[in-house]
Amino acid sequence: MVRMKWPAIGYVRATSLEDLWTAQAAHGGSAQVLAGGQTLLATLAFRLSDPKVLIDITRIAALRGIGAQGGVLRIGALTRHAELGRDPLVRQHAPLLAEAVPLIAHPAIRNRGTIGGSLAYADPAAELPACVVALGATIVLASARGERRVAAEDFFTGLLQTALEPGEIIAAVELPSATAATRCAIVEVARRSGDYAMAGLAACLSLDAAGTVAAPRLVFFGVGSGPVLAAKAGAALAGRVLDHAAIGAAQMALAEDLDPPADMHGPPEMKRHLARVLTQRALGRFLPASEIAA
Amino acid sequence: MNDIPTPDSIGLSREDLPNSYIGRSVPRPNVPKLVQGRATYTDDVVLPRMVHAAFLRSPHAHARIVSVDATAAMQVPGVVRVFTGQDLAKVCDPWVAVLAHLKGMKSAPQHPLPLDRATWQGEPIVAVVADSRAAAEDGVAALRVEFDPLPAQVDMETALAPGATVIHTELGDNLVFQRTAVQGDVDAAFAAAHKVVEATFVTGRHTGVTLEPRSIIADYNRADGTLTVHQSTQAPHMMQNVFAKQLRMEESQVRVICKDVGGSFGIKVHVYPDEVAVAAMSRILGRPVKFVADRFEAFASDIHARDHRIKGRIAVDADGKILGFDIDDLTGIGPYSVYPRTSAIEGNQVVNLCGGPYDFANYRCTTTVVLQNKVPTCQYRAVGHPIATAVTEGLVDLAAQAIGMDPIEMRRRNLVRDDAYPFTSPAGMKFEGLSHHASLKKLLEMVPVERIRADQAEARARGVHRGLGIAAFIELTNPSPFMYGIGGARISAQDGATVRMDPDGSVVVASGVTEQGQGTEAILAQIVAHGVGVPVGKVRVITGDTQATPYGGGTWACRGAGIGGEAALQSAIALKEQLLTVAGTMLQANPASLDIVLGEVVDKATGAQRISLSEIGRIVYFRGDTLPKDLPREFVQTRHFITKEYPFAFTNGIQACWVEVDVATGMVKVLEHWCVEDCGRVINPLLVDEQVRGGIVQGLGGALYEHCVYDDQGNLLTTTMADYLVPMAAEMPEIHVGHVETPTRESLLGAKGAGEAGTAGAPGALMNAINDALRPLGGIVTAQPFTPASILRALGTI
Repeated sequence: MVRMKWPAIGYVRATSLEDLWTAQAAHGGSAQVLAGGQTLLATLAFRLSDPKVLIDITRIAALRGIGAQGGVLRIGALTRHAELGRDPLVRQHAPLLAEAVPLIAHPAIRNRGTIGGSLAYADPAAELPACVVALGATIVLASARGERRVAAEDFFTGLLQTALEPGEIIAAVELPSATAATRCAIVEVARRSGDYAMAGLAACLSLDAAGTVAAPRLVFFGVGSGPVLAAKAGAALAGRVLDHAAIGAAQMALAEDLDPPADMHGPPEMKRHLARVLTQRALGRFLPASEIAA
Repeated sequence: MNDIPTPDSIGLSREDLPNSYIGRSVPRPNVPKLVQGRATYTDDVVLPRMVHAAFLRSPHAHARIVSVDATAAMQVPGVVRVFTGQDLAKVCDPWVAVLAHLKGMKSAPQHPLPLDRATWQGEPIVAVVADSRAAAEDGVAALRVEFDPLPAQVDMETALAPGATVIHTELGDNLVFQRTAVQGDVDAAFAAAHKVVEATFVTGRHTGVTLEPRSIIADYNRADGTLTVHQSTQAPHMMQNVFAKQLRMEESQVRVICKDVGGSFGIKVHVYPDEVAVAAMSRILGRPVKFVADRFEAFASDIHARDHRIKGRIAVDADGKILGFDIDDLTGIGPYSVYPRTSAIEGNQVVNLCGGPYDFANYRCTTTVVLQNKVPTCQYRAVGHPIATAVTEGLVDLAAQAIGMDPIEMRRRNLVRDDAYPFTSPAGMKFEGLSHHASLKKLLEMVPVERIRADQAEARARGVHRGLGIAAFIELTNPSPFMYGIGGARISAQDGATVRMDPDGSVVVASGVTEQGQGTEAILAQIVAHGVGVPVGKVRVITGDTQATPYGGGTWACRGAGIGGEAALQSAIALKEQLLTVAGTMLQANPASLDIVLGEVVDKATGAQRISLSEIGRIVYFRGDTLPKDLPREFVQTRHFITKEYPFAFTNGIQACWVEVDVATGMVKVLEHWCVEDCGRVINPLLVDEQVRGGIVQGLGGALYEHCVYDDQGNLLTTTMADYLVPMAAEMPEIHVGHVETPTRESLLGAKGAGEAGTAGAPGALMNAINDALRPLGGIVTAQPFTPASILRALGTI
């Protein structure tokens, strides 16, 4: 039965990655990394997880900071959602993330929660996993064995499952910088502001001067076991001039892309329907004025 | 009666009548301590030798308890003792929640912890007591309890069907209570009607989410044989009786102390098995035992409410005159009727209240109350009112649509006339004086109906769907013994107040009604300051202590102001008379020529100051030798009040709701909401407005978001604040509140209740607004909560 008071737990503060590897070696699988704590602390209170030691990584400088270099935006894993929302580099190079932040939970959670924590937890209804897949990001992973890079779309492997291996943490997220041709949007339907979405869409594509779509990535959240990259809908858009007919084709193609589960808010068919509505709402923003008037 | 001067009644501005506090928005004296974190909630109370309880709760909706093995739990560091149902039964008797005036009602005996069977998921089964709550939870985790799952009766629709699982075999079936009220000739009226419209309504099972969860410390003292209970409750004297009776003690041996309470909404006026278990464990241990429900426990064990399915028909003539209502209500209440108010009252209220605002001749309404394996339901804010109002007003709107009449005109033609009182409704309710037409008129002054209709048409042309809905309602307040007392429950309908003046001229009032955050203590201070004639800052208020306040019922069913307030006013006036008698002797003046204004005795005619209350206090208390020997000098006065003429003081009001429905997603946005209500004398306009606003938010919450969702095995799926959606500020609209004042003539104060009006009317107004928005698309919703899925289904989208 669910409870609300934590059991007694040990606490270690790591101030460098070396510290972290040492602590992990000492405590092994009974240790749990603590960053923003917005998911972990609740699972502890519910006694859903049972670590013996928490290793606090929030003072590790190597996991902090946001920088842009050579067409790549690097966001440290400890970047809190609120920081993401107000950072000028993020706004310039990855405006989709800035647009996503107000949709993430509530201010108190945004002040504590980190991008690394959100990606590592991989909640299927969370905004940031969908955003990083839509943006074609690379997740930088670190462990005592060294660093490795995983494409965002390969990082999420199932319900609350990721490519993270034991002892590994997310160090940073690297994103290609937005160009003048980049069009991004995030839209969702949630029962109340701040709730997990019943269905959401993070969309990213390029539009040339003629209005032709390139590299479309429509990533849905809240409709599967993780962020769902709608490949067929993307294919229906790629190389076409973006107009109502193209959007309609993408909506049709979603039938093959999505296999949503039922949840407390409604049946799979509702999520399919909402996904089509969100496709219209997200892509409709990029239509030329003449199309909108029509 | 009703001749107490207020600024309005004597044509003065508030500034011109400094002594007048009734009708003024006086700041609440207890707010700073609440917002500075200096309140004393039950969990803030720490007693020597105190231990903490945690409960193992049933993971099954229905199961036989095969065995309890506490061996490992007793080894957990800090664990003091483990208690089972059998252990507690040695000191604590079971209770049966029936009321004699609810004919034929039945329920099963309920123990603090069940002896052999779990009957809902979340029911407390075994208790662990330890040095800390965390250690007690560790102990619960180490318990080994074997259950044998039994078939669960979840769906109320099949509770009485052949093959249903009978939850308590000794009762024979799952029927708790059934009542039909009939007036006129319903069948004939419907047969002859111009139009008959019918619909099936559902009100979603929800609960009252209090910021402060249920909390209790029970402290049995073996040295003097007393039980002192610190509890977050609405009714300390009722709980005193319950603890005494169940634990085989004298009432005088039990003291219930209730300091600050963080919200109640009816949740904290019931007897909960885990709380009685805490008292029984303290009785056995001779130590203080604390239990504070966590949020999960709150969802799985606080009472739920409003789990009803209602089939309704309305008959109208060609002019829109309502000929009759024919209603069939079914409600599932969990496995036990809740003690001592019972779980049949909500259904009974539906029978009493349907059609309430209207003048019509033919009425038939049946409620059927059945058992099921879910959390027990009982009285929650506006008991039965939001159900009856949604059904009544939903049917009235459907009838108006069927005959092509404007819904406002439909109401104007059918609301009981303002000069028709006293009036007895077809359901048998007696109304002393209501103001439906004045309230409708006031509402139409506030709601820009023409502008809204123009906006609605313009928006529809753009594919944006907005709707306006109206709901008139009546509300039952100031209950007499006819609510519970006549049924045998020891719940006082009478309340008392003791008002005293201390030597420094300050005044203390001790009252039997209680404060849960709504401002009871503020209005008591205002009333007493007004009645005695002192600055409101000179009044201190004591509530929530059975040993220190006059006996009373507490605060529920909207009785704090109307009953407790009148007792305070009468005792304040009695104290003033006593003070003026003494002052007259001191000043050698006729007491009738004197008055008290802001703590000073003045000459009534000239206003000249004669002597201060603090000087009178100094002389009486310290130099009483200088006064005549036979001078009465009791600066303590107590009065009690109970309503005698009417079983209830009914209030009325009307609400309007303006919404936008996103027909692509099914999302509803409430754009604006209005409420006009008539609670009689308004004591503190700001508090009444906020009560109405809070009530509306709770009503909108139940209609849009709040839902205790079960699967078909009886597993509760909504056990966190992420799954159980309460209304949040971001989604709530601007709420406009207006008043019509029709004071009750039963009291000098003239106040009726105000706390439930918002909740009573909001769901019906919202439902009608959504359906007004959906009308061009052919959709209609009648099952709350109105979720995106339900609206998309109504539109045929999914």
